This record gives sequence, C-alpha cells and structure tokens, in this order.
Amino acid sequence: MERPLFSVRAEAFPAGLRVLVVDDDPTWLKILEKMLRKCSYEVTTCSLATDALSMLREQKDKFDIVISDVNMPDMDGFKLLEHVGLEMDLPVIMMSIDGETSRVMKGVQHGACDYLLKPVRMKELKNIWQHVYRKKMHELKEIQTHYNNEDINILRYGSEDLDDRNLTDGITNISSARKRKDVDYKEFGDQEFGDPSRLKKARVVWSVDLHQKFVNAVNQIGLDKVGPKKILDLMNVPGLTRENVASHLQKYRLYLSRLQKQSEDSTSGGNMPSDLINNDNVANFELTSSTNMQQCSEHTKHVGTSENLVPGIIADAHIGDIKKIVPVQGIESEKGLISDSPISQNFNNVPRLSALFSFKGMTPGIEEKAREPTTSKHQTLHDGAPRMQCMHYPGQGNCGMLDDYSYLSSSDQDHQVSFNLCSSSPVISATVTNEKDMKDLSEMKPVPTDQRNAHFAAIPQVACMTGSVSLQIKHGMVHSQDAGAICKLDGSPNTKGCSTEQIDNQECFPLTCEFSPKSEAELDSLPGDLHLCSIQKFGCFEDVGFGGAENFQDIISTPDTQVQNDWYISSELNNDYLYETVDYPLIDECLFA
Amino acid sequence: MESSDLQRRYIDFTSTLFREGFLDSQYTQLQQLQDESNPEFVTEVVTLFFQDSEKLQDDLTRTLDQEVVDFKKVAAHVHQLQGSSARFSTPPMRSLCIGAQRVKNVCMAFRICCEEMNREGCLGCLQQVRQEYFLVESKLETVFRLEQQIVAAGGSIPLMW
Repeated sequence: MERPLFSVRAEAFPAGLRVLVVDDDPTWLKILEKMLRKCSYEVTTCSLATDALSMLREQKDKFDIVISDVNMPDMDGFKLLEHVGLEMDLPVIMMSIDGETSRVMKGVQHGACDYLLKPVRMKELKNIWQHVYRKKMHELKEIQTHYNNEDINILRYGSEDLDDRNLTDGITNISSARKRKDVDYKEFGDQEFGDPSRLKKARVVWSVDLHQKFVNAVNQIGLDKVGPKKILDLMNVPGLTRENVASHLQKYRLYLSRLQKQSEDSTSGGNMPSDLINNDNVANFELTSSTNMQQCSEHTKHVGTSENLVPGIIADAHIGDIKKIVPVQGIESEKGLISDSPISQNFNNVPRLSALFSFKGMTPGIEEKAREPTTSKHQTLHDGAPRMQCMHYPGQGNCGMLDDYSYLSSSDQDHQVSFNLCSSSPVISATVTNEKDMKDLSEMKPVPTDQRNAHFAAIPQVACMTGSVSLQIKHGMVHSQDAGAICKLDGSPNTKGCSTEQIDNQECFPLTCEFSPKSEAELDSLPGDLHLCSIQKFGCFEDVGFGGAENFQDIISTPDTQVQNDWYISSELNNDYLYETVDYPLIDECLFA
Repeated sequence: MESSDLQRRYIDFTSTLFREGFLDSQYTQLQQLQDESNPEFVTEVVTLFFQDSEKLQDDLTRTLDQEVVDFKKVAAHVHQLQGSSARFSTPPMRSLCIGAQRVKNVCMAFRICCEEMNREGCLGCLQQVRQEYFLVESKLETVFRLEQQIVAAGGSIPLMW
C-alpha cells in the first residue's frame, strides 16, 4: 500500500505501522488482526510462512515488522525468522502457546526481537512499535559513526607528518571526532526519527550489485573510453545520477591506478598479484556466515540489504566479483585460504569469505544487540571473524594478517603469505565507530586473545560510493578484541575533497572491522549475515593491493597479539599513506619500527 | 425478561465460568474487540473454536486409531488444540478449573503421553479432551444465548473484568 507522506507518517507514528502476521491458525489470525487494527496498525495476515516470505521478498519495503507463530506446518517459525532477519532485516516477533524457557531462548537466538505468549494481550501488541524504532535508532547511530569516520579521514588527510602519527593520535582524533559528532547525532536522530524509513532513501548506496553493474559497464566500454554518461546508460539503474556515477568512477580509477602502482612497487617476495589489479580476479570478500554455519547453509546475498542499511560501507577491496558468498564457516577447507601460496591465489580464496557486515547498531546498539545474542545476523561477524592479523610485510615472516580467512578456526596459522603485496600494510584505518570501538582499538595492543569475546566494531555502513565492498555489518555487535580490520576506504588523493563533498554519496569511510572468531559453538548461531562485499576502494587497500583482502583474512585469523599490534600500527601508518603516495619503504620502516 | 435481569444473570453466569476456569480475561479481550464494525466477533471466534476443536478431535481419534501411531502427528494436533483453547484462556495454571483451561491441562498430559509414545495414555487423554471440550462448548453456548437475549431485550452486554 502507498505510504503516506513523510511528514504525515512522522506525526502519526506508531500508528500506521505496517505489520505482517503469520499464523497457521485462522482464528488466531483473525483475533490478532483485530487487535492490531485496534492499535491503529496496518495489518496484513498470512497463514503460510512461505507465502509470507514471498510477500516480503517481493516488496521489501512494504512492512515494518513481522509477527509470526512458532509452530507452523509448512515451515518452522524459527526458520522464517532467520530468513526474514537475513534477507529483509526486519524486526520479528515470535508467538507461541509454549512459553518454555528453551523455546524462548531459541527464539532469541534466532534473532527474534520479542517472544510473546498466546493468548496475546492488547497491551503487548500495542508496544511492538518499539522494536521498529529501536532498529532505526541503531541505523542512525551507524550513520553517525560514518560521519565520524569521515571526519577522521579529513583529519588524517590533513596530517603531514606520517612518521609522527601514532596510534594514540589516531585514537585521539577519532574520539574527538566522535565526540563532536555525538552532539550532532542527537539532532540528527531527532530529525530522522520521524520517518525512519525515509532514512533509507537518503543516499546512493553503492551496493555490491550496483557496483557490479558499474564494473561490468566499465569493462564493456573499456576503461580508457569510459565516461560517466556511458556508464550510466549501460547500467540503466533508475534513480542513479550522472554525478553519482562520475564520482564513483573517479574513485574507481584512483583505485585502479593505486593497484597498478602497488604492483610496480611491490618489493615483496613477489606475489604482487597483478590479479589484484585485475578486476575479475579479486575477491569477493564476502564473508557469509549463516546462522547455520555448520551447514554452511543459508547464505543470502544481501546485496539487497544494502538498501536497508542505508549506509553501507562498501569496502571495495576487490574489483570484481563481489558476489560470491561463501559460507564462512564450517568449511575447513577455507582455512587453506591463507597459505603460502601466492597472493593472487589467496585472493582467490578470499572470495570464500563472504561477510556482509551491516553495521547496524554499533556500539549503541550493543546493549540492544545484547539482547539478540549470537545468531542474529548481527552476530555474524563474530562468527568467523578471526582476528585480524597483522599485515604482513615483505620479508616479515609473520604476516599474521592473513591468517585464516576462514575464521572457522582460529587454529589456522598458516599464513605466511605472501602478502607482500602490501608492502603497505593492508588497510587499516582504524575507524573506531564508537566508544566501544575506541576501546577496542586501544585494547588492540594488549589484545587479549580471547576469541570468545570477540567484539566486532564495525564501521557503520557508509556506503562507499565506489561501490566497493559493502561492508555491511549487520550487527554492529561484533567485538573483536583482536585486531580490528581497519579498512580505510577510499584512498584517492582526492579523498579529502571527496569525503567532504560527497558525504551524501556515501563515501567510503574508514571502517573498523574487528572480527574475532567466536567459539565454534557459536558459529552455529550465527545469523550468517556477513557479507563482506569486496573491499574495494579502500584507500589503504589500494595501496595494499589486495591487502584489503588480506586484511580480512586477518580478521579471520587467529588472534595474535603481537600481530595485531603491528597490524594496527601499520594500518595507522597506512592510513596516512592513503592520501599520499608515500614510499612504501617508508611505511615499512615505520611499521616495523 | 428485562434486560437488567438478563444482564444480572449473565454476570452471574460468566463469573462462575471465570471462577471455574472456563473463561478468563482473554474472553474479555475478545469482547473488547467486538464493536459496531464487527458486532459478531466473539460469536465468530467461538464458533470457529467449536468447529476447529471438533475437527481436531476427529483427527486425533483417527491418528490414534492407526496401526502404527504417529506420535509426532498426535503431538502436533494436541498443540493445535492447546492453541485453539488458548483463544479463551491463558496459559497460567489455575487450579480447579473446567473448561478451556482444563482442556489445556489435559493437553499437557496428552503431550507427555505422546512423548512417551504411550498409546493407551493418549487415548485416555483424548477421552478427557472430549469431555472437557463438551463442557466448554455447552457453557459457551449458554453464554451466547444469554448475550443474545440481553441484546434482544435492548440491553448491552456487560464486560467481565
């Protein structure tokens, strides 16, 4: 149904909330429908879970919240819950006659925002809007963090003295930037709250899909002959403007040129993956962890979710095929990803990691998210995110970074990879998205190697306009104490300009991804919504070549305190590096100073 | 009969039902949902309840009559029974009740029998279920009759809290 005008909706909220009710018992459907109507909600009923899913898939924006019974003949309510969470990222409320603790727990584990007992009371239904609101709040917060990151970028960009940059400074900058933004955020939050859905329409999100179209178009036309207008026409995406494409193209070009430079300069043991530069090769960094990690099942490309995410960070590390979604977990073979093989090969492996992190609710969300433990998509990160290991340096044996791509197990230490690519350490822009991140960052040094407490601090989704990787960390709740992958997106020299001007286009912003592998046991519960789309335009990444990918591999790798520290430092340095074409050797030095 | 008399009778009767566990606040909720736009709401719900429960009981009988009983199916049916009776009553246990709440209690026992794959037990439970449903149905029918009489006499149905 048509949504009323923004302003009208804003005033009316929560009235007009669009609810989808799913229950196999027609009488209950009737009762619930009546009750919800009394709450002034717009109700759609459905007696089959499969019907409900298709309804949701067809019109992603049609509903605000889903209420579903647990026991249904055609599909288990929990399964429906997972699907909705993964694909549409809507809040889901479970209902049942059975109020046993284990059932309720299961519901929460699968991502339900609430669990109601039948018979349901009016007063309980009256308050369901809070779940919708809460979600929006988190999204807003992430956007805010995104702005923070942007500020950080600017700060870094302005710095002339690479050598003196150190972690502390970085952190200071970040926190001051954040503080500044906190104030703004409040206003921002207030304004935007009125119609949370509106948030979704505000920016151009260079999702994986979109970027893919872009890349295809570019390849078709030929990089040398390409122009924004041609690309726009070829892409044929409604609503996309020439300006969007132009700026994206600019970034893309810069990215490519950095890659090239990278390959020329690489001094490492040599695997400069020219592949890296090769669009088609690289990576899909897609870390997909499904809730059912063990079965490696259920990966949904959440490309579509970028819409939901609004800001999606698109880490454009790779150039090419962002779409691979590989179940992160449970695939022992992935461990092999990081091995001594040439980087290019690693990169090929990289795709295995598909993680879509949608940063929803970063820190602030953390408390909230705490209520949705594990399995929720938010948790995906935990899942496999191995700790980031240090970026390797040429000649340094401990390229911890690339550890396991497969977060699966932290025991995979095989990376000696040749990530020489990155003579510049892989991206690491530590962008702490929130206080918690900050904390994590500072903790990075000591780095408690406790995988169990991985915290993932994800950078809010800021869609990198360069349509790179969309690091859409669904659930900001990943706390990884281990190294965070700090990816700095967007390394073009024009970044400064870009970031300020193009905020609206959602530049890529530094993104801190700290992944820590969670215990295997938790893998199961991972919601599996980790799509780490290609980490393309990372400023750092570019320098690093596919260092970005490596970075992620690091993420997956096992904890390694030492490594992390190094990594972090190197990333710091790298950040600066981003904007200037600093000599790699310089960086090396600094990094391993 | 005057509507006030009818109303008094109604109140007395439904209070008893509440006390005895046939009805509870859920029923009140349903009443509250009834309004001009949907004047027969409660009746509809209750009618559906009767229809569903009949069907469920038949299904149960059939399932239990099989050579090899599919207890999973039985459990599913029982769950449905619980669900439908929950339309009128709440999960919290009440002692001394007859009616929908009691049906629920029986359902619990029924579920246990299913888990234990105890066919005899299930049959016994089914018998109890039938009895309970029968009771509930008759009580509810009385309630409706009274309600209709009140309305016919021009009065309004008192809400039980």
